[in-house]
Amino acid sequence: MKYELVVGLETHVELLTKTKIFCSCINGFGAEPNTHCCPICIGHPGTLPKLNKEVINLAVKAGLATNCHINLKSNMDRKNYVYPDLSKAYQISQYNIPICENGYIELSSGKRIRINRIHMEEDAGKLVHKGGDVYIDYNRGGVPLIEIVTEPDISSSGEAREYVEKLQSILRYVEVSDCKMQEGSMRCDINVSVKPVGSCKLGVRTEIKNMNSVTFMTKAIDYEFERQSDILENKGEVVQQTLRYCENSNSTESMREKEDAQDYRYFKDPDLVDIVLSEEDVNKLKKSLPELPDVRIKRYAEDFGVSKSDAELIVKYKNAADFFEKASKGLQSPKTVSNFIIGQIFRVIETESEREKFNILITPNQLNELVKLIEGNKINMNLAKKTFSRMLETGKSAADFISESDMQEISQSELEEICKEAIKSNSKAVNDYLGGKEKALKAILGNVMRQTKGRGNAQMIEEKLVNLLKNS
Amino acid sequence: MPKDNKGVIRRIHKLLLNKDVSCQELTKRYLEKINESNLNAYINTCEEVALESAAKVDKKISSGDEISLLEGIPMTLKDNISTSGIETTCGSKILKNYKPIYNATVWNDLKKVNSILLGKTNMDEFAMGSSCETSFIGGAKNPHDLGYVAGGSSGGVASAVAGNIAAYGLGSDTGGSVRQPSSFCGVVGLKPTYGAVSRYGLIAYASSLDQIGSIGKTVEDVSIVFDFISHYDDKDSTSHPGIKFDTQGNLKKDLKDLKIGVPNQYYEGIDKDVKENIISALKVYESMGAKIEYFDLPEIKYALPVYYILACAEASSNLARFDGVRYGYKASHYKNINEMICKTRSEGFGKEVKRRILLGNYVLSSGYYDAYYKKAQNLRGLIIKAFDEAFSRFDVLLTPTSPVTAFPENKSYNSPEEIYLADICTVPVNIAGVPAISVPCGFDSNKLPIGMQIIGKKFHESKILNAAHQFEVFTNYSYNKDLDMGVNL
Repeated sequence: MKYELVVGLETHVELLTKTKIFCSCINGFGAEPNTHCCPICIGHPGTLPKLNKEVINLAVKAGLATNCHINLKSNMDRKNYVYPDLSKAYQISQYNIPICENGYIELSSGKRIRINRIHMEEDAGKLVHKGGDVYIDYNRGGVPLIEIVTEPDISSSGEAREYVEKLQSILRYVEVSDCKMQEGSMRCDINVSVKPVGSCKLGVRTEIKNMNSVTFMTKAIDYEFERQSDILENKGEVVQQTLRYCENSNSTESMREKEDAQDYRYFKDPDLVDIVLSEEDVNKLKKSLPELPDVRIKRYAEDFGVSKSDAELIVKYKNAADFFEKASKGLQSPKTVSNFIIGQIFRVIETESEREKFNILITPNQLNELVKLIEGNKINMNLAKKTFSRMLETGKSAADFISESDMQEISQSELEEICKEAIKSNSKAVNDYLGGKEKALKAILGNVMRQTKGRGNAQMIEEKLVNLLKNS
Repeated sequence: MPKDNKGVIRRIHKLLLNKDVSCQELTKRYLEKINESNLNAYINTCEEVALESAAKVDKKISSGDEISLLEGIPMTLKDNISTSGIETTCGSKILKNYKPIYNATVWNDLKKVNSILLGKTNMDEFAMGSSCETSFIGGAKNPHDLGYVAGGSSGGVASAVAGNIAAYGLGSDTGGSVRQPSSFCGVVGLKPTYGAVSRYGLIAYASSLDQIGSIGKTVEDVSIVFDFISHYDDKDSTSHPGIKFDTQGNLKKDLKDLKIGVPNQYYEGIDKDVKENIISALKVYESMGAKIEYFDLPEIKYALPVYYILACAEASSNLARFDGVRYGYKASHYKNINEMICKTRSEGFGKEVKRRILLGNYVLSSGYYDAYYKKAQNLRGLIIKAFDEAFSRFDVLLTPTSPVTAFPENKSYNSPEEIYLADICTVPVNIAGVPAISVPCGFDSNKLPIGMQIIGKKFHESKILNAAHQFEVFTNYSYNKDLDMGVNL
């Protein structure tokens, strides 16, 4: 039998607030253990939480950017469970009424992954294992999080990847989170089930906890799909359980089964008052949002003539998109700029995090000047590309590599002379070409290009050569 | 017997200003008396802190600086109010030797005006109890008869104030814990409106019901302290913004046309002596020009189950943090972290606390939540509404504080419910979040004090303190006692 995959994602994202969610401690990564702590975030008896307003603002922004409905009235609940890194033995979260509900993220195929809810909560501390002992670092305790929960709408590991990357991109655009999976500021729990193709009934699901890389997430989904399909194929039953993904063996292992599921005894936190927003508050936040990735992609395609897939590649990284917009100013063909970014800059900065930072040596203006030379037929594309490589390496401008004479537009007569000379001195290639080997023309073309020092336009030269050879 | 109806705070203030006694001498005398006392009112004393503040006050007085009313007044705090560097046990073994690293807002305020903290007073473990006897050091005794309990849970504060080993004190009231011991010990105790006094630093029992209140010899003392500690606190989200009280300025107003509601349901099944005394008190009010009207408040029959469900639910969560990992008592032998937490809690908590934690976890657990916790929340709404309606007709309500006077020590009970029944008069006030005061109104046949409860509308502390003060001046119950501070008054 054929099976299909059903995946839902729960993504935890740390918010970019200055201070923690319920106290005035710094919200920062990488400090000495237990230095960003106070009686409130280590849950000392008698202390009370005070909700950071910035957390509400960022959660609402995240909701607006993912097409959610914003609940004007919500509240914080207590999720009770005992673990040493959870200093109060309950996590303050939102249960019955989350701040955002019913949104979606649209994939490039046009498929919408529905978002069930976004709620606010506090992070727990961290256990640190050292030399056989266990220590607790409460720096992360009380760091503000939002949890974004999708409906089970994802049907391949590729869609899961696209959803997560799109979510990252959106949350970075609206400056809600830096979404660094390797630093733990974004973590995913994956709910996976399989069902016979076409069946309406969902299968038994397993939950894989705490994925901190997109690559491992896709591997875990693929592995779990195979594992569950095999079980069903052999007439077995999938056991509802919580799993851990092992990177080394690329497999999942059980953490706990359903019977051990915790009863969190949720109830409204009596230490905090209801969160009440006005329409006006929400509208203000809506107005403060920057242009979102989807709108940008559409604009780049419609206004700049950039292909949708290229636009998606650039828009994914806000810094790259901002660079593109600045470098395209006043140009006839912004598409040339996007080609430089994708074809050359992205070849130099390859990783996701590098592209996100977009730390390159040249300014948008430098690229703009270079493209203007191309558009003015001062240099051909070949020379431009070479020049751009050197610009990227050194941070220097085009003028530093191209002399005035290089930029003189070549005259038709001069070009014709050079072409004739090339035909004369490449008799083998000429014969090959005339004998039907069209590729042989490239050798002659290359010769001409060298002679013109890149001033000639390749297409123009090719046409000239074909004409001359036809008439010879 | 003083003739000017001045409370203890004003009398001490005058002594200090007149240099009849130095603050240090006074403090030493109080500390000596605490050491000699057999009331078991204090869990710990803090001589050093007290004398240090006293020296500051003396210096100010001798250099002619003005001192505020509460400056240099020897006082006490219930042992669930956090005091930085000073042991705060909540009457529990699990917090033995626990020294907070921050101050509760109320103590922060009082410390700023050089209040003399004599020590931390005894209480039922985590404020769970009505006799003070669930304390890990045993209960505080009733100064009127050492064979009787001081009441609870703020038994230590009431006992200390009644026994003249503190000029006043702060307790906490979740279901009557300030008012009931005040009633048992013949002193005055105020439970303010929920949100009037910051809870920051009060070690929580049931967060939606807890409120810090003052206990003193006279209504004026309680009023002075309440005016000082009631204000908005940014650290407590449930504290009410923009409030500032001047209840003192309103104490002397006459009670002409005051509308007093008397809810019939509070007078069913109460002790005969208590009932008689309250009815005489009502007559006193009538003679002062107040209008008395009996009415029905049937909703209070739900108050006890609602209280025990909500309070225990919140407590089960509030007390889950005591795991031996970060502070307080920690079991000494264990194999792993789970066993450490289990043993710490099994050994650290007393029986009543364990009972309420179990009950609380039960009513919150999935499958039972709707039947208990949710239903109790709905009924809470009903009780709040019933009080709202009553206050649309009356200025204040008058009831007994407790259906009985102080119980004998170590009294045995058939079931916990029997003890819980003693809270019937006080818990509705916490459920509704309204203010109430307990004022002495006579004695029973065993010469044990009887207290009456005056309940007011939210943030109408002025009205109930005024009514209480007028009664007190008229009857002289509060003044008819020797302060015996060992100094020449």
